[in-house]
Amino acid sequence: MLHEDDVMSSFDLGWSEDERLVAESFHAFFARECPPAVVRRAEPLGFSPTLWSSLIAIDAPGMGVAASLGGGDATMGQLVVAMIEAGARLAPVPLVEHLVGSRALGSLVTGDIVSGSTVAAFAPRAASAAGCWELVPAGAIAAFVVGWSDDEFVAVRSSPPGSGPANMADAPVADRPASGDRIVIGDAGAWRRARAEWEVLTAASLVGLASHALVMGVDYVKSRHQFGVPIGSFQSVQHGLAGLVPLVEGARLLVYKAAWALDDVASGVVDVIDNEITDGPTLAAMAFVAAAETAAAVTDRVLHYHGGYGYSTEYDIQLYYRRARGWALAGGSLSGRVRELADVFFPVGARS
Amino acid sequence: MNFQLSDDALAIRSRIREILAEVITDEVIDRQHRTGTFASQELADALAAEGLLQRAMPGGAGGDPIELWLLFNELEKAGAPYDDLAVSLMVAAVVNKVGTDRHRSTVVAELTSGRARACLGYSEPDAGSDVAAATTRAVRDGDDWVIDGAKMWTSLGHVAQWMLLLTRTNTDVAKHRGLTMFIVPMDTPGISLQPVHTLGSERTNATFLDGVRVGDEWRVGEVDGGWAVMGTAIAFERGVVGGTNPGIALLREFWRWAEESGGASDPIVRDHAARVAIDNHLATLLTQRSAWIAATGGIPGVEGSTAKIFASEAYQKACAWFLDDAGPAGTLSFHAEGAAADGWIDYHARHSPVTTIYGGTTEVSRNAVAQRHLGLPRTQ
Repeated sequence: MLHEDDVMSSFDLGWSEDERLVAESFHAFFARECPPAVVRRAEPLGFSPTLWSSLIAIDAPGMGVAASLGGGDATMGQLVVAMIEAGARLAPVPLVEHLVGSRALGSLVTGDIVSGSTVAAFAPRAASAAGCWELVPAGAIAAFVVGWSDDEFVAVRSSPPGSGPANMADAPVADRPASGDRIVIGDAGAWRRARAEWEVLTAASLVGLASHALVMGVDYVKSRHQFGVPIGSFQSVQHGLAGLVPLVEGARLLVYKAAWALDDVASGVVDVIDNEITDGPTLAAMAFVAAAETAAAVTDRVLHYHGGYGYSTEYDIQLYYRRARGWALAGGSLSGRVRELADVFFPVGARS
Repeated sequence: MNFQLSDDALAIRSRIREILAEVITDEVIDRQHRTGTFASQELADALAAEGLLQRAMPGGAGGDPIELWLLFNELEKAGAPYDDLAVSLMVAAVVNKVGTDRHRSTVVAELTSGRARACLGYSEPDAGSDVAAATTRAVRDGDDWVIDGAKMWTSLGHVAQWMLLLTRTNTDVAKHRGLTMFIVPMDTPGISLQPVHTLGSERTNATFLDGVRVGDEWRVGEVDGGWAVMGTAIAFERGVVGGTNPGIALLREFWRWAEESGGASDPIVRDHAARVAIDNHLATLLTQRSAWIAATGGIPGVEGSTAKIFASEAYQKACAWFLDDAGPAGTLSFHAEGAAADGWIDYHARHSPVTTIYGGTTEVSRNAVAQRHLGLPRTQ
């Protein structure tokens, strides 16, 4: 074995001290402040003002904003660690959207947005030709929407509707106008960067969701007895759950790598033939696809191992099953995202 | 978290790539598939000449698991014949850790200088996944042991000088407690081999031991302590020495076909290829995690199993997709005219079934993950 000082100074898959502190504090925060009852009480809108106030009290909404603008100056590495914890508890707060929106505003960010008393949302899909951002995540409750419209990266202030269409995830989605009180906040590169941040933070939420759903499945099959034994002692059940571990751990590592690349890699490479990928936005999209498919697979199987109870609304696994799908589709279909990635991996007309 | 390889690691990777570009010619690759012997003396010599085998041996003086991973990742990507190096370095590592100074000056020195190869004598006709049920008997006779029995899947036994041999020395105790390990010279009288041909192009063997007499100096570890030696071997092996990234070479060959055939513009082909590219990266990250755990003093047992489950199942899925995408030309073999990707799709589709079997079946890996990682009870 190597001695401590022989270990490579660079390559390190462990958390930094800051990342560890973020993980521990957000783990404790959401375990304490966001039990399933809070998630259920927030339905159908999917927003808990009480929980958001608690996050404001610990300066969480502005943690991604630069220190020079009054924020917490957190890295993407720290933010994904925080979002894994939020996702694990299905926190009914617009944290991903606000983190992305507040960061994208750059020097235009105001004190009320840094504090979180005014909510900013991010529209991951470009506005329609009619000037509408459709089904914006947190669109039902945010005063600002940041997104792509008419070939511009803009922020638009408008009155949040306070409610939205009934949806699978009980998420506060709503259509929002891309016109009106509108300011340009960046170029196409800034938009792509913001979209990548939204993808990796949503992916982190989905990894947390999947990871916690797997724990719920393990707990359930250990306690549920049939034929005189815990159903978790049956090999078919064990193998079904064990087969989810590589998906969850792989997606988690890809989220970490994407966050690292967004933080530290100025101009990365994409070479799938050599399996060398260090471009942050590309890794974020890959992490998004992997996390979304993982969350769907885990909640599907864990719900199944709950038997009929899993299908009832009384058990919490259905909360996870619905959000695994709703969160994953907020940016568009997954197959469409894979199609876009294919164009990055295998540029049309280029020969490797 | 930091996914940047160190400058030293990158320099070694560059050197490995240079060696591979020089040594692994089309002829070497063709010979591997024609003969079924996945070994290359040219490669062993070239790596050993620069000390790269010695450096890569787990637990050795260099012994950096990241370097070990880099070496096998590059070998696997290049489609090089590397099975002999994977087995030999693992055997060297086990013997180095558990064996005697004499073992180190003979077996380990030969294996890490590329002068010799090792094979594994674990499985038997009736003891596969349940390897602790091995019945090959070793009976004490003065200072010697006399060994009788049969071993299966002794790949590369026909070119190996040494066999790491698991034997039964005690039938009066629980099966795990009556095993003893030996490192046996393959030219010992009484050892004979029969080739076993496989669905992929690789050849393996059945090895018969008939009154094989070896001195006690070739015992590795304690008498009846063979199971602990097995544990050492598995901890060194799992998830780092190849077999966890076969999808990279597959995608390279497939995409070459896609561009040449026009398939590259087919949306389904593009979807499959993109998903395989994502899976390849996930498999790499899971493997890197095993290497990193080993590099920081841990034993990546369950993590190695996790990487192996993911990589082998993703590879099989990719093979099925690509075989279908290429149509009948995908079923044409090496040297057949019109073969898609010069026969590589046919080869990978044939080879892929073994990846969820060898080095611990997917079922054994799932048992380990379920019970040791998820904390589920012993199965009924």
